[in-house]
Amino acid sequence: MTSRAISPIVYLKPAKGWRSLNLSDLWAYRELVYFLIWRDVKVRYKQAVLGIAWAIIQPVMVMVVFTIIFGHLANLKTDSTIPQNLYPVFSYAALLPWQLFQNSLSRASVSLVSNSNLLTKIYFPRLIIPIAAVAAGLVDFLFAFLVLVGLMIVYGVHASWTMIFLPFLLLLALMTALAIGLWLSAMNVKYRDVQQMIPFLLQAWMYASPVAYSIDVIPTHFPWRLIYSLNPMTGVIQGFRWALLGGSPPDQSIIISVVMVIILLISGLFYFRRMERGFADTI
Amino acid sequence: MTEYALRVDKISKRYRIGTARLRYATLRDSLIGAANAPIRWMGRITQKKQESNGDSPDHIWALKDVSFDVKQGQVLGIIGRNGAGKSTLLKILARVTDPTEGYGEIRGRVGSLLEVGTGFHPELTGRENIYLNGAILGMKRAEIERKFDEIVAFSEVEQFIDTPVKRYSSGMYLRLAFAVAAHLEPEILVVDEVLAVGDAEFQRKCLGKMNDVAQDGRTVLFVSHNMSAILRLTQEAIVIEKGHLVMRAPTPQAVDYYLSRGDSRQGERLWEPDEIPAASAPYCPIGLRILDPQGAVTETVRSTDPVTVEIEYALSSDITGLRVGIYLMSTRGEMIFTSFDTDDPRHYEKFSARKAGHYSSRCTIPADFLNEGRYILGMNASAFRVRRFFQDEQALTFTVDAAGAPGMQWTETRLGAVRPRLDWMIEAV
Repeated sequence: MTSRAISPIVYLKPAKGWRSLNLSDLWAYRELVYFLIWRDVKVRYKQAVLGIAWAIIQPVMVMVVFTIIFGHLANLKTDSTIPQNLYPVFSYAALLPWQLFQNSLSRASVSLVSNSNLLTKIYFPRLIIPIAAVAAGLVDFLFAFLVLVGLMIVYGVHASWTMIFLPFLLLLALMTALAIGLWLSAMNVKYRDVQQMIPFLLQAWMYASPVAYSIDVIPTHFPWRLIYSLNPMTGVIQGFRWALLGGSPPDQSIIISVVMVIILLISGLFYFRRMERGFADTI
Repeated sequence: MTEYALRVDKISKRYRIGTARLRYATLRDSLIGAANAPIRWMGRITQKKQESNGDSPDHIWALKDVSFDVKQGQVLGIIGRNGAGKSTLLKILARVTDPTEGYGEIRGRVGSLLEVGTGFHPELTGRENIYLNGAILGMKRAEIERKFDEIVAFSEVEQFIDTPVKRYSSGMYLRLAFAVAAHLEPEILVVDEVLAVGDAEFQRKCLGKMNDVAQDGRTVLFVSHNMSAILRLTQEAIVIEKGHLVMRAPTPQAVDYYLSRGDSRQGERLWEPDEIPAASAPYCPIGLRILDPQGAVTETVRSTDPVTVEIEYALSSDITGLRVGIYLMSTRGEMIFTSFDTDDPRHYEKFSARKAGHYSSRCTIPADFLNEGRYILGMNASAFRVRRFFQDEQALTFTVDAAGAPGMQWTETRLGAVRPRLDWMIEAV
């Protein structure tokens, strides 16, 4: 009832050109973000017998496969500062942020289309949908992180002070997923081709990131490292390895990552806002 | 300056034809489009001129220059046929989509019941869905918590509140959904067709709730095909036809205008194949007509003559328990009667199971029964407690002329839907 006294005036008018981000509106609807995350997480595991355990099983299985194929058969090397017998932890430390990114991005990309029933019926800031889809990945991440702690204990890896950078790196991974997710979700409303492209895109992206192998294999001379670092996930993954296992420090690649994410995120936000007004009509 | 809750000025909405069918463009089209862009750029100036003229052949105006305002606390009815532009208007008011042209102002939060249960997730329990749906409709968590018990009580699904809603019956699902929406406290409530579903008892409850909302000084926009609900709930209504606002008038007048337009004018309603929902099979309505004592189809009947109502229909396969009948309602919204062809127990035994074929069910409304005025005839084909095959509550309208009816020597208007010729005995005692 308190809201009745305020009665803000809402203006209806044709939207033309670029629009402001209207972040205050987004803030007013913050509880909806929470409820959508909660829904996504709850629904995902509701009918699965193993439930939330899947959040752990998936990355662990991938790690096992990587360790056998890449660590033993292909004999890929870990970073020079990390002993080779730590390959499982080495790959798992990269899989954590990678899978967070991968799951968040693929969910975000289809989020508008899968919530079309809301989009065509009710007003709320549309940005909420991809934001909630990205953030829902965090829950899985936290469970998968517990396994990492276990692995570190088993392999006798000592935690170092560099771990304090993890929240920042985590945020960077989420922002990367959101930035790309904004672009792809808005495009997917109009062109369902995007949906078909995503699995391939993510696979190619994974090989372009130091997930299964060490960044050491990338030639250090110009311009290889620079080009390689344009992928924001390079900085994130390298940062994770450094913070957890003391791999090669991410130095300049993290700066490039941050700059890239900021550019992608801001352009993505404006692109999304521009496309937003057509969502209900074209979806 | 009067306090309006909502005001729109020349609101228009243009859609590209085929957007509904060709649901999305392919990337290829767009790439080809991009490749052609330089060519288009050249011809852009001329093209732009054409577009601003409006009616380029691949666009239609779903809404054109609609202007009206609603005062605070008013309950306004919105009437129009399917495809007239009502839904588009509501979507613009609910800010789901932007107008192509025009301008509008809304004071306060708009709660829309465009479709109840929006955002319900079948896997979640009733309790979880109340929270989720409440948040989607714009309620704060604390607000939902405060009203939770009230919502559950209103919905009458207490026992199943921790059951996933996918196990709910459609009635329970709907009741829960409406209960959440009804407890939203927006300054402006937009209600669209929620009353078309649910049992009579629940409909009564919903109408009551809407009345409370209106009594509370909040503004309600009520859209329905159900004329009796519109008549009962609103004093004033607007009529939308082909995207234009054609009338704003006191509700009985607006309803009468609406009903006198279109196919129902001739005393006969025929159903085209594309008007019959697939779900009505195996029942297929063909026609509903009013016949005068000579057997001719007529729009105006005399109060002093018996009136025959004929329902013509086909059954594509055998139906057990079928009853076909009529509703009679006045244009003031009073329900006068409901009658089915198998009401008589003898008919019931004989015709309750009907073979596939072509049928006509006829009845006669006796002479000296209806008062003068306009009446709405509805049609229903159902199997009691099993299934409703087909229903059209406003299939046609007809006029009753009171010439020769009792009491015509006085020019006063006789109140009431019926005007029976009663046998009066007058004695000096």
